[in-house]
Amino acid sequence: MDWLNILIQGGLLGGLYALFAIGLALSFGIMRLVNIAHGDFIVLSAYIALWAIQATGISTLASLVIVVPLMFAFGYALQRGLLNFTLSGGLLSPLLVTFGISVIIQNVLLQVFGADIRRLHAGAIETASVAFGGIAVGAYPLLVFAVAVIAIAGLQFLFYRTTLGRAFRATSDDAGTAELLGIDNRHLYAMAMAIAMVFTALAGVLMAIRTTFDPAAGPIRLIFAFEAVIIGGLGSLWGMLLGGMVLGIAQAVGAALSPTWQILAGHIAFLIVLVIRPSGLFPHTRD
Amino acid sequence: MSLLSTRGLRGFYGDFQALFDIDVTVEEGETVAIIGANGAGKTTFLRAVAGALACDPAMVEFDGHAIGGLPAHEVVRRGITMVPEGRRLFPSLTVEENLTLGAYSGRPGAWSLARVYGLFPALAELRRLPSTALSGGQQQMAAIGRALMSNPRLLLCDELSLGLAPIVIRDIYACLGAIAAEGTSLVIVEQDINRALDASARFYCFQEGRVALAAPCRGFDRAAITGAYFGL
Repeated sequence: MDWLNILIQGGLLGGLYALFAIGLALSFGIMRLVNIAHGDFIVLSAYIALWAIQATGISTLASLVIVVPLMFAFGYALQRGLLNFTLSGGLLSPLLVTFGISVIIQNVLLQVFGADIRRLHAGAIETASVAFGGIAVGAYPLLVFAVAVIAIAGLQFLFYRTTLGRAFRATSDDAGTAELLGIDNRHLYAMAMAIAMVFTALAGVLMAIRTTFDPAAGPIRLIFAFEAVIIGGLGSLWGMLLGGMVLGIAQAVGAALSPTWQILAGHIAFLIVLVIRPSGLFPHTRD
Repeated sequence: MSLLSTRGLRGFYGDFQALFDIDVTVEEGETVAIIGANGAGKTTFLRAVAGALACDPAMVEFDGHAIGGLPAHEVVRRGITMVPEGRRLFPSLTVEENLTLGAYSGRPGAWSLARVYGLFPALAELRRLPSTALSGGQQQMAAIGRALMSNPRLLLCDELSLGLAPIVIRDIYACLGAIAAEGTSLVIVEQDINRALDASARFYCFQEGRVALAAPCRGFDRAAITGAYFGL
């Protein structure tokens, strides 16, 4: 396996990690909510897709039509009905509450779906490849990367070109003043979580085609998402993609050295970035 | 019927009572000043009217409706907008984005970006800059413009002159006159007594959370104001 190939495979894997990161970064960036259950929401999305596929027989990618709206509604209701009430308690209350949600989701999934290791299948695209020069690149990783790029471009448009996006940025700056200008923060936060869940749903289904999952698979995804966000720099949209790519490449290099090194190499890259640039490669946050 | 009237308005910060039975009225198109020393409850009063502080519904009546304790975003929709003390522009947003956000509530009315730029021509040239790049006076103009974008019937102005040069304060108060001339009612909270009295038809002097004095501004004895101001 030559090094160029490793860089490409790792970089493309970074697209998936960037998708993991989006939901986490949105809820922290807009409402200072550290969502410990984020990884479990990713896995929950995969299980909802599994259920939808088994119940209706639709294809895996088509299941997004069901999973995405469900997670959108779930995110809105969760924020409006529960998490909004934790925000006045500083960083710690939402952290503890989402930790509790994480435990609940894992156990409910275990109860409903059992402990079996699952995978979703997307057919021919999983094994198809595209040749670039002498290197064969998997069509599916390429697709996931493209989805990540489109997702981040879409977020950029949302934040800088729409009224809702301006309201998100204003509320992130100063929630009290935003309220005085007519912004209903409870609704806005619920919308933020709902939108975060759209990307979480996307990440969950795309992940489940690429790797296996089980009810306890959430926490490691949470860590990958955290690492991608921190490496990229808090508050930077394209930094998330770059952070995901750095993480993916580090893992690919580690795996090439020895299969047991894959995950560890990612963590080491994360620690190196933290030591050299504690605020990430593209810091953009103001407080 | 008055546009705004508070009846026995009480306001609390936790167990601490900051407002005691405040009765204030503002007529349609009128400019009213609220003066008083630090900690007299002026800002607290504005926050209660704007919906940022909890109170009983009947304590605040606006346009014939009890609005006390409504959430702030709902109060904006009904036509009361506050220019908060210290400007509080959003640092992540450009000047124009700050102004545009003022229209978030979607209240119909005469104010638009073009009219705000007409009132504050300096802002038009700076529209693409981040709001943090503005001088204090320009920031205050942007904060007023942002509030106007919500087409308020009643504009609450909290300490507009704070930290600004006298010549800048004069310009800003000249603009307030233009806003009042459009028929918008104004409540001006100020520590600068003369500035506030010159701009207003009536004033209320707050002292330790109570109305110590209420009178028309014209020809009023300044010694009596000083007495009410300091509680002599």
